[in-house]
Order: sequence, then C-alpha cells, then structure tokens
Amino acid sequence: MTEAELSLFLEASVRLGIPLALAALGETISERSGVINIGLEGSIIAGALGGALGALAFGSAGLGVLTGAAAGMLVAAVFAAFAVGLGADQIITGTAVTLGGLGMTGAVYQARFGATGTELSLPTLQALPLPFLERIPLVGSALFAQAPTAYVAYVLAPMLWYWLFRTPAGLELRAVGEAPDAAKAAGVRVRRVRFLATLVGGVLAGVAGAHLALAHAGTFAENMSAGKGFIAIAVVVLGRWNPLLVLGAALFFGAASALQFFLQALGFDLPYQLFLALPYLLTLAALGGWVGRARAPAALAIPWESE
Amino acid sequence: MVDGGAGGRFARTRWEPVAISLGAIGLTGLVGAVLLLAGGFDPLAAAAAMVRGSVGSWDVFVSITLVRSVPLILTGLAVALAFRAGVWNIGAEGQLYAGAVAAAGVGLAGGGLPAVLLVPAVLCAALAAGAAWAVLPMLMRVRLGVGEVITTILMNFVGIHMAAYMVHGPLQESRGVFPQTDAIAEAARLPPLLPGTRLHVGFAVAALLALGMTVFLHRSRAGFRIRAVGASPEAAHVSGRIDARRVLVGCFLVSGAVAGLAGGVEVAGVTHALYEDLSPGWGYTAIAVALLAGLEPLGVLVTGLLFGALQAGAGAMQRDAGIPAAWVGVVEALVILAVLGLDRLRRTGGRVLPGIRIGGGGGA
Repeated sequence: MTEAELSLFLEASVRLGIPLALAALGETISERSGVINIGLEGSIIAGALGGALGALAFGSAGLGVLTGAAAGMLVAAVFAAFAVGLGADQIITGTAVTLGGLGMTGAVYQARFGATGTELSLPTLQALPLPFLERIPLVGSALFAQAPTAYVAYVLAPMLWYWLFRTPAGLELRAVGEAPDAAKAAGVRVRRVRFLATLVGGVLAGVAGAHLALAHAGTFAENMSAGKGFIAIAVVVLGRWNPLLVLGAALFFGAASALQFFLQALGFDLPYQLFLALPYLLTLAALGGWVGRARAPAALAIPWESE
Repeated sequence: MVDGGAGGRFARTRWEPVAISLGAIGLTGLVGAVLLLAGGFDPLAAAAAMVRGSVGSWDVFVSITLVRSVPLILTGLAVALAFRAGVWNIGAEGQLYAGAVAAAGVGLAGGGLPAVLLVPAVLCAALAAGAAWAVLPMLMRVRLGVGEVITTILMNFVGIHMAAYMVHGPLQESRGVFPQTDAIAEAARLPPLLPGTRLHVGFAVAALLALGMTVFLHRSRAGFRIRAVGASPEAAHVSGRIDARRVLVGCFLVSGAVAGLAGGVEVAGVTHALYEDLSPGWGYTAIAVALLAGLEPLGVLVTGLLFGALQAGAGAMQRDAGIPAAWVGVVEALVILAVLGLDRLRRTGGRVLPGIRIGGGGGA
C-alpha cells in the first residue's frame, strides 16, 4: 500500500465515520439518561430529507444542515412523546418511529419529485481544509480536510465528555439513567431530563442525516440511511457510553466501511454484496467480543413512572 | 398479557384487547386522514382506492389481498411468539430472506423428485434456514448477554445482502443476465388452494399454524411456560419449575423458523424464483401485525389479512389517487403507536403487551 493509497483510505474512513459519530454521540446522551432510541434511523432519514429540502429551498447547504437537525428533532419528539411521556416500551416505539420515518420520507420524496426518483442536485457541503492541521503527514488531510460537520463531531466529543462527567448537569443526567427514583428524590425532573436528552439525540441524528445527503451523496435517495441508525446504536455500546470512545468506535466503523471500497480498488475479487454485508458483520463481531466488559446505564430501556 | 399475567385475569375483560385494536384502527384512520389532507391529498379518494384495490371484487380479494396476507400472517406469528416469551426478535426480515434462499436452493436442486417429497423438503429447508439465521443472536443473548434487538436487526442487513449475493452469484439464472434465480421445479411449487385463483396452499398452512399456536399457547404446559417467562422471567425462574433459558432458546429458534417459512412459502407459492427485493419489509410490518393482534395467534390471522388488504390497496392508491406507496410505512407506524398509546392510557389492570422488562436488552 503506497502512502497515497493509505491516506485516501484514511480520508474515506473518516468521511464514512462522521455520520455514525454524530448520531452515536447523540444516542450516548439519550442512553445515559436511560432512553434507548431505536428510532434513531428515522431521525437520520428525516434529517437527510429535511437537509435536502432545506438546502434546495434556501440554496445553502449550511442552512440545510439546520433544517435537517430540526427534522431529526421532530422525529425524536414523536418518539419521546410515547416512550418518555406515556412511558410506552422504548424498543417497540423506536421500531414504529423508524418505520414511520422511512415511510414518511419516502412518501414526501415521491410526492415532491415523482416515483421514478429524478436525480436531485443539491448545494453540497464543501470540504473545509483547516490551515496547518491539514498538512500533518498522513492523517492531516484525512482528519482536517473534511466537511464542517466533521469538525462538529470532533469538538462535540470532548465537550460532551466534560459535560457528562465533570458538571452537575451531566451528573443529573447520568443519575436519571442509573437510578431514576433516587434522582427524583433528589429533586431531578426525570421525565424532563429524558425528554431533552432524547431531543438532543434527534438533533445530532438529523445533522448526521443532513451530512449524508449534503456532504456525501449530494442528493437524497429513499432509505439512504441504510441502517446507520442501528450501527450507531451498536457504536454507543462499543464506545461504552463514553463520548470520546464513541467517537473512536465510529471512526473504526468508518474504516470498516472504507475497507470495502479499498479492497475492491486493490483488485480483490470478492463479490460486491458481501462487501456490503461487511460492516454489519463486523458490528456483530465487535458486539460479541467487547460487550461483555461494558455496562449499560442501569435504567436503560426501562420506562419510568412517578408513583 | 392477554390472560396470562398474574392478576390480569381479574383486572380486565377478554374484550379489552379487541377494543384497543379497534380503537387503534380508528385512531390510525383519523391521524392518517389528517396527514393526507396536510399533504394535499384527498383522504376519501385514498380510502375508496384502497377498498377497490383490496376487496373491490372476489378476484381482487382472493388473488391479491389473501395472497399478500400470507407472508404477513407467518411473520406476524413469528413475532408474536417471540414477544410473548420476552424475546425481542426484530429479525424476521433477515430470517425470511434466509428461508427464501434455502427454499429456492432446494427447489432448484430437487428437480427429479416428486411433489409429495419436494414440497415438504422446500418448506423444511425454509424452516431450518430461518431458525439458523436466529442462532447467532440467540447465542449472543444467552452466552454473552448481548441484547437481541440490535443483533437481529444487523442480521437483517446481512440476510438481505446474502440473498442479493445469491441472485448475482451462485444461484443466478442460467443466462446470467438478471438478478434472480431460474424458476424452481414444478414439483417444488405450492399447489393452488382455490383453482383459477393465485391463492396457494400456503394460506392454509398459515391459518393452521395460527390455530395450532393458539391451542399450544393456551392449552399446553409448554405454552404456559412461555407465557410465564414472558410475564416475568425472574418469577418463572424463582418458582423453580421453569427453565427460563430453555424457553427463551426454543422460542427464539421457532420464531426464526416460522419467519423463514414465510420466505419459503412466498418463493414456492408466488414468485417461484428468488429475487433480491423479494420482501417489501414484511419482517418489520410483522411487528405491527403482531401488536395489533395483542400477540394472539388467532388475532394475527385477522390483522395479517388487514395489512394484506392495506398493501394490496396501496398499489391502487398510488395509481388512482396519486398517493405514494411508501405511505404504507406511515400507516404501519401509526398503528403501532396507537396500540402503544391506548395500552398505556388504559393503565389500570393488566396490559396488552407482556412484561416490559428488557432492562438494557437493547443496549448491551
């Protein structure tokens, strides 16, 4: 492997890892509060369509990211209304929200652009190389010549870590995820914390979706989220609910996805469909190998009711 | 639980689940109509097209609606059984594809055999493949403590890509042009149930399975164990008379097998070949089917038919009222949310869904 090939591979790894990182960082926050949002996939696809429509309407990819974030948050709000507000089962609610998100975006897209799916051409998020940093040998261009959304993920991971583990508000959030009754006794408003945490997760999933549409594809396609929401949830487990490790795990999965293009480019004659299955298989293997040592927030996925 | 949970029998009447289902259908219709109006569509035209396309004539009802309901009933039964036992099998879609691939493989290879042997062989292969597709998530849950929600979903993607690989690779049709297999042997195909229609005996298989599962769940010791474990694995374990892990393993595998059967029946009864986009997400729709049925197998027969009609009508809705077929996904989501919402709002007494006690099941 030449150095040029290696740096291309690293660049692709980061590019593919960023949407996973954004969604997984958001999910880390909601899971730390005791809410597992399987509807993340729905927020991502809504973010992709919301981002595409916003970018078209305003003629700006940057504003598209904002509308994508809003769309992701809207979907998460539906999830939170049922899973937190009503205390309904989180897994089933999340599945419904994903189904609905995929269906709704498909319907809106077909209604607006026709069933044949005319190629949308969108204003795209251009790569924003950071001066000096991009010139670091090997990793510089991979890490620091990305779309601006990538830098959001880099900055967010340490910020969220600090917020979660070093501030009173972060402590409250974790308390809600570990022992909601005790948190309530200490005066924390459990439902409100969970609701807000879920919304934050939705915002970041929406940004991840907008990134897919605006920085990757430059277009929207039905089902373009392709299971990234589920992989992001696995990434949270691999990153042990720690934002810094979650960022690392997401980049690792970006590398796994980049590997498929890379091996193909190197002329390995493996069938394309098996390459497509590779990230999911790797996620399974990683869950099996690593999860034994990780510990989920104690109240994860358990609806909370005040008595 | 519908009648299994401790105290549930006293706290509520047996018609309550039916009331919830009917209420959920009503709510879905209402919210769906509002959303269609907001999107600039005519809900009445949509409903009319849907009725025409699903029950507009005897032929439409039998050859389209009933045929479409078969994979939904089978996957719905798979999901209902799993959820009953507290197994969050979201993997019916992948298990269905595994069953379809196995059925196509046997149906292509067994050309020399008579139908009395080949048809059962095809269906058994589908059952086995579906169960095999559930083995990895099952082992990860019981051996490593990894929740099955994410692993079964991941296996769905692997299954879909595996089927795509098959029709582009080893099982591709003999000219090597289209992403599909050759037609399976005549002797591997399910015979028609009603001559002159497209309805095949797979419908009878699904109906009998629903009946059999009802009897099994409510009249057998094993069925009692499943309901007990689903209601509370700890209590079942503490009682000392139930091996919760065995129940869980069994239900996981049988659920996978039944979902695999859905794929095999579709290949042997309808398409007679494997395609990479065989299923429009039946394995996920199955969750709505099972929940709307209150996880009752006989109820699944009814709700499977209902969703079969919905999918049959979606085509007509797109043609006649211009409403995108993807809209069906929204309706499915609304149904699930309505069931959850009504169940939670009722609150007092037992609940429609078995114990919500997965504690970290999704995450780790």
